[in-house]
Amino acid sequence: MAWYLILPAVFVVFLVIGFPLCQVIVYSFMKIKLDGVTPPSFVGIDNYLFIFSDSDFWHAVWVTLIFSFFSVTIEGILGLTVALVANSKFKGRTLLRVAVLIPWAIPTVVSSQIWRWMFNDIYGVVNIILANLHIIPHKLAWLSTPATALPVIIAVDVWKTTPFMSLLLLAGLQLIPGDLYEAASIDGASGIRKFFAITLPLVTPTLLVALIFRTLDALRVFDIFYIMVGGQGNMATVATYNQQQLIQFLDAGVGSATSLTILIFIMIFVVIYTRFSKTSFE
Amino acid sequence: MKDPDNDKSPVLRILFYLLVAVILVFNLFPFVYALLSSFRPSNDLFSTDLWPKALGLDHYQAVFKDARFVGSLINSVIVAGSTVLISLALGSLCAYALGRLPFRFKAPVLYLVLTMTMFPQISVLSGLFVMLKNLGLFNTRQGLVVTYLIFTMPFTIWVMTQYFRSLPKELEEAAYVDGASPLTVFWQILLPLTMPGLISTGLLAFIAAWNEFLFALTFTVTDTMKTVPVVISQFSGTSAFEQPWGSIMAASMVVTIPLIILVMIFQYRIVAGLTAGAVKG
Amino acid sequence: MRSQSHSLRRNALRWFGSLVVASLITPTVFGATIRFAGDSDVGEGGRWTRAAAEEWAQKTGNKVEYISRPNDASATLQLFQQYWAAKSSDVDIFMVDVIWQGILAPHAVDLKKYYKEDEIKTFFPTIIKNNTVGGKLVSIPWFTDAGLLYYRTDLLEKYGYKEPPKTWEELTEMAKKIQDGERKAGKPDFQGFVFQGKASESVTCNAIEWIYSYGGGTIVEPDKKVTINNPKAIKALETAKSWVGTISPLGVTTYGEEDARNIWQAGNAAFMRNWPYAYALGQDPKSVISGKFDISVLPKGGTDGKNAACLGGWQLMISAYSKVPDAAADLVKYLTSPEEQKKHSIALSQLPTLPALYSDPDVLAKAPFFKNILPVLENAVARPSTVTGADYNQLSTSFFQNVNKVLSGGATAPEAVVAVEKVAKRIVR
Repeated sequence: MAWYLILPAVFVVFLVIGFPLCQVIVYSFMKIKLDGVTPPSFVGIDNYLFIFSDSDFWHAVWVTLIFSFFSVTIEGILGLTVALVANSKFKGRTLLRVAVLIPWAIPTVVSSQIWRWMFNDIYGVVNIILANLHIIPHKLAWLSTPATALPVIIAVDVWKTTPFMSLLLLAGLQLIPGDLYEAASIDGASGIRKFFAITLPLVTPTLLVALIFRTLDALRVFDIFYIMVGGQGNMATVATYNQQQLIQFLDAGVGSATSLTILIFIMIFVVIYTRFSKTSFE
Repeated sequence: MKDPDNDKSPVLRILFYLLVAVILVFNLFPFVYALLSSFRPSNDLFSTDLWPKALGLDHYQAVFKDARFVGSLINSVIVAGSTVLISLALGSLCAYALGRLPFRFKAPVLYLVLTMTMFPQISVLSGLFVMLKNLGLFNTRQGLVVTYLIFTMPFTIWVMTQYFRSLPKELEEAAYVDGASPLTVFWQILLPLTMPGLISTGLLAFIAAWNEFLFALTFTVTDTMKTVPVVISQFSGTSAFEQPWGSIMAASMVVTIPLIILVMIFQYRIVAGLTAGAVKG
Repeated sequence: MRSQSHSLRRNALRWFGSLVVASLITPTVFGATIRFAGDSDVGEGGRWTRAAAEEWAQKTGNKVEYISRPNDASATLQLFQQYWAAKSSDVDIFMVDVIWQGILAPHAVDLKKYYKEDEIKTFFPTIIKNNTVGGKLVSIPWFTDAGLLYYRTDLLEKYGYKEPPKTWEELTEMAKKIQDGERKAGKPDFQGFVFQGKASESVTCNAIEWIYSYGGGTIVEPDKKVTINNPKAIKALETAKSWVGTISPLGVTTYGEEDARNIWQAGNAAFMRNWPYAYALGQDPKSVISGKFDISVLPKGGTDGKNAACLGGWQLMISAYSKVPDAAADLVKYLTSPEEQKKHSIALSQLPTLPALYSDPDVLAKAPFFKNILPVLENAVARPSTVTGADYNQLSTSFFQNVNKVLSGGATAPEAVVAVEKVAKRIVR
């Protein structure tokens, strides 16, 4: 019986991803250039060897990992905080719940440009405000060097994606029965005690699902980097590296090998997550 | 649920509202900035003055003069709406089985479903392009919906599975004793209780599909099929170098408003949940 | 009797024959639907193009379906590549960038089939040379572009300068004096010189201009010789680096065309390097700098240098997979004809690709600054995209990343040119 319910969804998976996945796997072992001239040929693991010996690739991996670690962690903490606040009864609750979703609602291509504009070194709002308040000595060129650009990008991503976390966690908070809190209150537990003993353990399963998907997205981050610091060699992520190989350099062989490598990296992360959290699916 | 209005300490209450204020400013500042810019005349957009010298509606006029912008709004609604409905329908059935019914291979199925989202979008672009052409789905809304399922289905299935798993077992036991079939249990008892999960995933999936750009750009050709993000990317002036910021901001505001309305309508349902009284007694 | 029936038969044959011939030709230039991918018609440029194409359709009894491309050139190329890779007949005419010739060559129809020798000679020779790959004319120039120096006439006058700078050294001196003066006078954000330093094709254009203007070549010469590693190129890059933080803002390493124009048009810069499109925008009556600036050719690198202007512009290409190439060619010829180019130029101030039009009185009446541009265009420097073919992006990427590093202080100029030379040698091998 269960299989009848599962099958439609699984069928859709195969339908949509089947062909592209096969193409990626096959191309990754071939020399294929999309210039319409070079004939395709089988080259075994050459493409993979190329990537693993490319320092640009490893640098991109490093940038991606730093970005993912910080943005997912901060988003998790902030997301939970916002969810808890949004869950409470207070005046203006509706406004808050709508407001926290707005960053996620604005198209990424537009919000990345807005932020890029806001961080401009001459007419950017951030510089104007910070300099006028004398928090910084003079206007900074935030996006020109990785030391300042990476934190800015992480901050923008946190702004944009915390709504995702907080909405999921808010729904997760609903799964916690209210009578548990009532019982704890009767027993004289403080707010903090209630949080650590009831809320946190019971929201953890939802938190984990949210973290998995956030990490998947963070490891494949593209738009934000491309728009705000695109092209700078030391600010590439694995996804922008992939795009560069595949589209700009017309190298479908190396591009596909990169994609498959990214896929395997991500799979490793997911397995680590589920093992670490001892999630059982039964 | 926390209820700070009953908190004895006014200090805590002040801190709480301070936190609310910080959250509001942090989330809304860029939006307000963009909103102000959409009213600011083009030549004033990049002056180093914080406050606009004048406000005007020219950008909005420019945006609405274009009939295709309205058409693209409709396309976006159709595509995003269909994507959400299909994901929720297939996804929640699948999640029910994975979350409540006994069978082996639960973990493999979940991992398999997850692989869909593990690819950078760019890698499946040419494969999907060829596939859509061969299936005759190129330049159609249905084709776009099919490709959007790549990122909405896995997410829906995982979140809803989690949701179903955490519902108490007692709910079903009573119904089974009464002789109900698994589908009846699903439809009449469990699904309504998972409303918060359904709404959350539905909203997030809708927004993701609404704002998606790369697939929409690559898999549609004619104006009648384009969605909003693609039309916004085509805003240009006389020359290709020019980026008419005012119009882009105005269009983005127009595009964000339906989403805000959706959120306002549905956000009540997210917090309805279990306190509706299903578990008591 | 016999002769009458004979002549009747001959006439019938002739009539039948011409019908056959007519039916063989006309389906391809009559009643065809052409799909034309051009500038987005949300903008004026695209709107004009679409209207012109539809005029042609009316005149010839064909249909045109206009397809808008995204504003961003890279997104456009990425999109077009999907069509070319799939050998799709969904689009017949593509509007293509001047640097894509090597990439699109295998997917383009040889336009020598449709343009006669003397017709081709009426276009700018530099662009035609750029668009000829392996003897095949892969696209026809439609409107062109070249890097220009914009300068504030009012500020030059205020600080006692009679003419725009002739060398980069003069520009540096003038920019510093004006910047210091304006900042003292209450404009703390005033910049001497803004340009495009962003790690993208933008800085490739700027840097080619610097290097060429010092006599340092164009990275790879048309005869495949890699020349980037030479002392003049190094001097050019070091000169540019010296501007960052002195007469140009530190953030210039992230500026594209619009970022520079935003600062310039708000009145906060004395000099700007940009494409001609900024001229009409700056002269708009609502603009702060309207009537206070002019353009000139970019300065030389030292008194023994050359004037450089990076060649830009867009071309029209016919897809090799098109089912209606003859009709498509008819539309392409129509759009690039002198009459249409003249209208295009008058309506939008776009630069035509026919030198003859630059002395046309109607064109000059609308855009007097065209007079100064002709010599710039005739000597415009093409990027080495044709000689590196499909590998141009790799060369450009290495080039712009290294130049950007020099500008932001992450590498020295000698290190940068050596790195670029390595990549260039690998490509043209």
